[in-house]
Amino acid sequence: MTDDIVIKGASVLDATGERRADVVVSGGRVAAVGPDLYAPTVLDASGCLLVPGLVDLHTHLREPGREEAETVATGARAAALGGYTAVLAMPNTTPAMDSAAVVREVLELGRSSVCDVHAAGAITVGRAGEQLAPMAEMAALGVRLFTDDGSGVQDDRLMRRAFEYAAGLDVTLAQHCEVAALSEGTCMHEGEWSARLGLAGQPAEAEELMVMRDIALARLTGARAHFLHLSTAGSVAMVSAAKSAGLPVTAEAAPHHFTLTDACCAGYDARFKVHPPLRSAADVDAVAAGLADGTIDAIATDHAPHPVEDKELPFDLAPPGMLGLEYALALALTRLVDGSRADIDPQEPERGGVDGAAGSYVGPRMTDAEVIARLSWRPAAIAGMRDHGGPIVTGSAANLCVIDPLQRWRIDDGGGASRSRNVPYAGMSVRGKVRHTICRGEAVVVDGEAQR
Amino acid sequence: MTTGTWARRHLLSMAELTRADIEEILDVTDTMVEVSTRSIPKVAALRGRTVVSLFYEDSTRTRLSFDTAAKRLSADTMSFAVSSSSVNKGESVRDTIETIEAMGIDAVVVRHRSAGVPAQIASWTDAVVVNAGDGWHQHPTQALLDSYTIRRHRGSLDGMHIGIVGDVKHSRVARSDIEAFTALGAMVTIVAPPTLLPPTLRPWDVTVSHDLDDVIATLDVCYLLRMQRERMTEALVPSMREYTACFGLTPERADRLPADALIMHPGPMNRGVEIAGEVVDRPGVVVTEQVANGVAVRMAVLFLLLGPGRAALPDGGEIA
Repeated sequence: MTDDIVIKGASVLDATGERRADVVVSGGRVAAVGPDLYAPTVLDASGCLLVPGLVDLHTHLREPGREEAETVATGARAAALGGYTAVLAMPNTTPAMDSAAVVREVLELGRSSVCDVHAAGAITVGRAGEQLAPMAEMAALGVRLFTDDGSGVQDDRLMRRAFEYAAGLDVTLAQHCEVAALSEGTCMHEGEWSARLGLAGQPAEAEELMVMRDIALARLTGARAHFLHLSTAGSVAMVSAAKSAGLPVTAEAAPHHFTLTDACCAGYDARFKVHPPLRSAADVDAVAAGLADGTIDAIATDHAPHPVEDKELPFDLAPPGMLGLEYALALALTRLVDGSRADIDPQEPERGGVDGAAGSYVGPRMTDAEVIARLSWRPAAIAGMRDHGGPIVTGSAANLCVIDPLQRWRIDDGGGASRSRNVPYAGMSVRGKVRHTICRGEAVVVDGEAQR
Repeated sequence: MTTGTWARRHLLSMAELTRADIEEILDVTDTMVEVSTRSIPKVAALRGRTVVSLFYEDSTRTRLSFDTAAKRLSADTMSFAVSSSSVNKGESVRDTIETIEAMGIDAVVVRHRSAGVPAQIASWTDAVVVNAGDGWHQHPTQALLDSYTIRRHRGSLDGMHIGIVGDVKHSRVARSDIEAFTALGAMVTIVAPPTLLPPTLRPWDVTVSHDLDDVIATLDVCYLLRMQRERMTEALVPSMREYTACFGLTPERADRLPADALIMHPGPMNRGVEIAGEVVDRPGVVVTEQVANGVAVRMAVLFLLLGPGRAALPDGGEIA
């Protein structure tokens, strides 16, 4: 058992508000919250925010099947360094997480890692979109969210049945919205840049048609629908309308969709290839505005590791996806709170980095606290993770994160703790750094360094 | 003489060339045409230099044209064809280029079915990279030889009305030609059904027509693109018959072209589809001239990228 820990000098921020307090962690729980507390191990947090550990609704850990890209252990370490104490592992592994056996394996691998690993189950067998996966046997293992992420369930009738069945299990279905008939053979957003580059693009409507359908099916069945990685202005508007109509829908957005535009693809660097694709500047601003007004509930990374050799394939052949776990918090603070171009370092403007980073954001801004809400307790609620997302009170699970909100740093192209290095943000200067992460009462990150 | 802004490291896209850059290449092409008419059409300009053609997509004509161009400049040439290479064993483009580079090469001429591969290769090698066609993206030497051919006949492209007819959406020739022709002062009209257009034409200064009959009488150049049969299965056109009826250069339409209009095609032609067999033999058709000029243009490009530079040419542009 680890020594008791005291986190000293932080401003404690959770869903109930913000106050100055020290926090003592003991036996995996928060043992005390108050002024001038003591414990054998002291973590200095002066000038920092102490928040409930971040929760990622959308992580690709690649194990089993693509261990050369990532493992549960390396992905969990990247997560801890990014301030996460829980991740939801996506089911597009090999084999897919479409049965209790595979779910059990992933959960087992997660138990010894430095971050809580939860599993999302597949909606259909093999994620093939033809036959419902055994959701009940996976739900019995604690799976609360199901998705065929990587592709959407194309068949309208099957999706209707899936919603109906899910309602009976009180689980949530999450959709990767992409109508295959409109997106097959494409590798980026359809628009001015795809025209110029001679690359096949998919229109925003490929996503929006499925968002529209799933809203209709949620209305029909009364089941909960969660929308993964929304990327277009039209999607945000439809989800907003569905919420206004009282439908049980939630949504997430990924950091790249509020930070980078399709202009990033100009150099044919496949690190900028992702599904859904990087969109127009207007879409990027709409996603940021959707996060600010609460239409989009959560920031989720869609952390998707790929080996260098795969990302060096021709752009149309390279696999989609980019890393996110170690960058999401800083990108959110930089873009959504400060509204600044994420690529310009005021100290060294000449070294600023990424062509195609979205311009200064002039829409509604968020506060640091609102950003943390969308990174922590909102996603924890969507995924039904009771031990995460706070509040930070005596007796609650000690899943915590200490953030220095003022520290500026430059993202490098090394990929951090991930086994892969497909980082599209290299060279960007951002604000906000994770200082300490405490998972299940253990200090797994101290002063920005992973402890194991 | 004006000089442009082209860094002359590589030739990847027409978009990187200014009008002055293009005109410089076309001026040097004049010299290379002269070389090509000599009894021994060969000069020593690139002696000791090695040019590799790296073709991941079949194109005998373009490969031979570059090969001929390099040889007329006395460069050593190597050819790396996909079927006879390690690509079939799963070697990455990067490993291939690094292997070839280790043999000591100066330039690599790249053709690939994926857009952007020449740009990727340029980021991995110190050798000069010449794009010989990448996906739907660019085929810059085609645009240069097309521009040169028009200039030879009409003196200049300034104010010319050029119609580019057909499948612009999937055409690297069209993307390159649009950029070259407009940079040189021509007015370009794209003539195609909406299904064969890129999602937007905003990047380019062109006008669009869906009716060839509407514009044919005003064209100085009628540039026909190759129509591929698989476009029908993609529901882009209902049938070849309907395409030809609406967008083919039939004898009747050819009759309505101005008398001095040029009829151009990048080859290979589908006789009876985008151009009627009978029209191919008319005087305005300059398709074989395009091919001949292709060698001279490619000599000019290789010379400017690899040679001692234009400044080394004596007055009058004579080279030995």
